[in-house]
Amino acid sequence: MTAARPAGGDPLLELRNISKHFGSVIALKDISTTVRAGQVTCVLGDNGAGKSTLIKILSGVFAPDAGELLFDGAPAHFGSPRKALDAGIATVYQDLAMVPLMAVWRNFFLGSEPTKGWGPLRVFDRATARRVTRAELAGMGIDIRDTDQPVGTLSGGERQSVAIARAVHFGARLLILDEPTSALGVKQAGVVLRYIVQARERGLGVIFITHNPQHAYPVGDRFLILKRGRSLGDFAKSEISRDEMTQLMAGGTELEELGHELDRVAGDDPAMGAVAEQITAEAVAKGPDGPAVDGPAAPG
Amino acid sequence: MTIAAAPPATDERVARTGLLRRLLVKPELGSLIGALLVFTFFAVLSDVFRSTSGVANWLDPASTIGIMAVAVALLMIGGQFDLSAGVTTGTAGLTTAILTTHYHLVLWVAMAVSLAVCLGIGFVNGYLVMRTRLPSFIITLGTFLMLQGLNLGLTKVITDTVSVGGISSEPYYETAHKIFASTITINGQPFEIAIVWWIVATVVASYVLLRTRFGNWIFAVGGDVNASRNVGVPARRTTITLFMGVSGAAWFVGTTQVIRLTSVQANSGFGLELTYIVAAVIGGCLLTGGFGSAVGASLGALIFGMTSQGIVYAGWDSDWFKFFLGAMLLLAVLSNQLVRRYAEQSRR
Repeated sequence: MTAARPAGGDPLLELRNISKHFGSVIALKDISTTVRAGQVTCVLGDNGAGKSTLIKILSGVFAPDAGELLFDGAPAHFGSPRKALDAGIATVYQDLAMVPLMAVWRNFFLGSEPTKGWGPLRVFDRATARRVTRAELAGMGIDIRDTDQPVGTLSGGERQSVAIARAVHFGARLLILDEPTSALGVKQAGVVLRYIVQARERGLGVIFITHNPQHAYPVGDRFLILKRGRSLGDFAKSEISRDEMTQLMAGGTELEELGHELDRVAGDDPAMGAVAEQITAEAVAKGPDGPAVDGPAAPG
Repeated sequence: MTIAAAPPATDERVARTGLLRRLLVKPELGSLIGALLVFTFFAVLSDVFRSTSGVANWLDPASTIGIMAVAVALLMIGGQFDLSAGVTTGTAGLTTAILTTHYHLVLWVAMAVSLAVCLGIGFVNGYLVMRTRLPSFIITLGTFLMLQGLNLGLTKVITDTVSVGGISSEPYYETAHKIFASTITINGQPFEIAIVWWIVATVVASYVLLRTRFGNWIFAVGGDVNASRNVGVPARRTTITLFMGVSGAAWFVGTTQVIRLTSVQANSGFGLELTYIVAAVIGGCLLTGGFGSAVGASLGALIFGMTSQGIVYAGWDSDWFKFFLGAMLLLAVLSNQLVRRYAEQSRR
């Protein structure tokens, strides 16, 4: 599937044994993966797996304590988010970096406004801003009714889409998406997934952070699965199936335990008992847990 | 870049927004309606109110409040308050008056020093707010009280009185008077030149707010400071500039007053800071920042001027002024609240 696209080749970004501690807490330990142009690398993990720490390292907020970050094959040290941005790494945060009360076109160019004129008469080129916003959104297949409407009136999916279109327009080569689908309904999430594919088709490298394997599997080319700050594996799509991935993330043993626990809580309540039975059955069906990880790892 | 065929300039669904709803999200609409109502109300009650001399009379207080309200509005759109704005006008006048009459500095030099002092106050306000991330309400409450004490204390120490006068006998006073305090006669009625400066201030502020990058940053830091930092807006510089804009306007208004009256009281400007904020809020500025307009703040100041003089022309006790103002403020914040809810409402 990946071979069908012209992009690929050398990794855009390579992580080699990245670790990060906060005092005695090990947030990340020995994380390695690669991102290629025109590919989507999904980072999966439950809450506390270390996903947020990983994003912050990639977007220049934190420096890793150990390990290497290679951008375009050369060791990279991003001292600040601005430097990462200048290098072409754009992060679309969960809080989106958009101002709800401002018009879509004002938000689109916020911080990088086009200007015309000279000296004190240099003004914000509003005509260009409006035109480019409209064209860029249309180019990504994003259909916004009116670029003059405040961003606050857009739906969550639409906002994510505008943020992605903005990053693409400003020359991002690597797009980091922090849980872009987590707060969205099924349909809206589908819309955002489509834009992820769009960005990939345009030759961008994409890091898609999510806790939802149903969202990750259809768009991903590579999957890094984190748990409690450690890597459960870094797989190409051909190496893992969706069910294996889900099982790896959820942890079969833990589901089984949850089933027993609910059994105890349920007592005589037949409805609750049925739920517990189902969970236990599911856990058994999925077989043994993935690679053992419940060692001394600290919460991420 | 592979941009698909250019989309049509307008989307057929835009029409559904409706003219009324579009107007409703214009921040100055409320204050425009308010100004028209107040004008009609007093014009019906009093002939003098709508005569040329009456108009000149209520435009005068509106102008000095308006210059300040415009600067305060930009600051409020940027998400901050400045409680020291009123007392800084006093500091500006006092500095100029004391430096000329007691230290015999040339008027222009004294005015330049006064400007530097005012801009310094604005810088300190802005720097402290951005550095400490404390609410500007508290920071500027502190500088407000300190300046209030300094104005009184230093004036007494230096001049032994609480009023500094005699500036009119200084050299160059006439030139300064022409710039800051002359009148323009229209239709046989002199109008204060401050009215012209007020209009200039409104136009410049509106232009900056709506047509420049800096204007975009003002809305951004007021709307969501973290989001704007994330996309590279220089939030600290923007906010400090806004504070300095307010204190610069305070210098202008303070200078106007000391040149016009030729003397200045040590308690000059106390309490006016709330007037400016009220004018800005009537003009559609949200207390939470990120929304508002310079034209609206000017209209708010106009409502202020019309009400304060109109009550006198109508032959009422001027005590009613405060009641009117309070009612207007309440109406304004209530309608602003609705606008904000509409603007932020999500159509998930």
